[in-house]
Amino acid sequence: MVAEALFFSAVLFTIGVVGVLTRRNAIIIFMAVELMLNAVNLSFVALSRLYGVTGQVFVIFVMAVAAAEAAVGLAIIISIFRHHETVDLQNINLLKG
Amino acid sequence: MMHHGLFFQFNFYVFGLIAVASALAFVTRKSPVAAALWLVNTMFCLAVLYVMLDAQFIGVVQVLLYAGAIMVVFLFVVMLLNLGHVPGSGDIKRLWPRLLAGAAGILLLAEFSVLGRQQLPRQLIESTAQNNVVTAVAGPLFNEYLLAFEVTSILLLAAIIGAVVLAKRRV
Repeated sequence: MVAEALFFSAVLFTIGVVGVLTRRNAIIIFMAVELMLNAVNLSFVALSRLYGVTGQVFVIFVMAVAAAEAAVGLAIIISIFRHHETVDLQNINLLKG
Repeated sequence: MMHHGLFFQFNFYVFGLIAVASALAFVTRKSPVAAALWLVNTMFCLAVLYVMLDAQFIGVVQVLLYAGAIMVVFLFVVMLLNLGHVPGSGDIKRLWPRLLAGAAGILLLAEFSVLGRQQLPRQLIESTAQNNVVTAVAGPLFNEYLLAFEVTSILLLAAIIGAVVLAKRRV
């Protein structure tokens, strides 16, 4: 069961990476980051069956950080949208050299 | 470690594969709303996997926090910025999504028939109740990791203030 869970976790993490790399909508990229966090949580929970319950404690911390990250990140996206009228990352390149 | 039957393993694979398939659909959808809903589906399947991995509390928190709170915030922002309309992405018209939905329904009926035929193992329910899943997580959280737990409150406070300041309309 643990091996399968780790396999699913790796696949989900890779899908999240693909989402971050291929999409241009900032909100969808953000959701892909959340998917990656979820994949890591699955690894934590699966390994907590082998190495004790500490992994589940870490999952709770990860969820708290994910909630804070979602709040701040979405606020940043809203303020970017007010400024540029778009959330397409191709049009948001002020800092590009 | 507990020994699990074939039915248990089959369900584990089914929900894992549904999670992966939903994640793939999430990455490939054009509309942000459709993508967010597929991601919610992935998170529900992950909650099922957590419960099957004997982390019932984490499963409940996953449904409440991820599927319930964080994704609602995402959908709220999509609605606020009015990004839901993507040209060229109409309602479902093709045949294969309907076939997939029918397959999911047949799978559900099959699971019901299997569940109805076999008796739920009473021993497993009692052992789960005795395991004290919440206490097992709360013990280390409030002893070993108490400092980290308290620091999390500062993190959340900073996030609240940051979100309000960033998204505030200047008057």
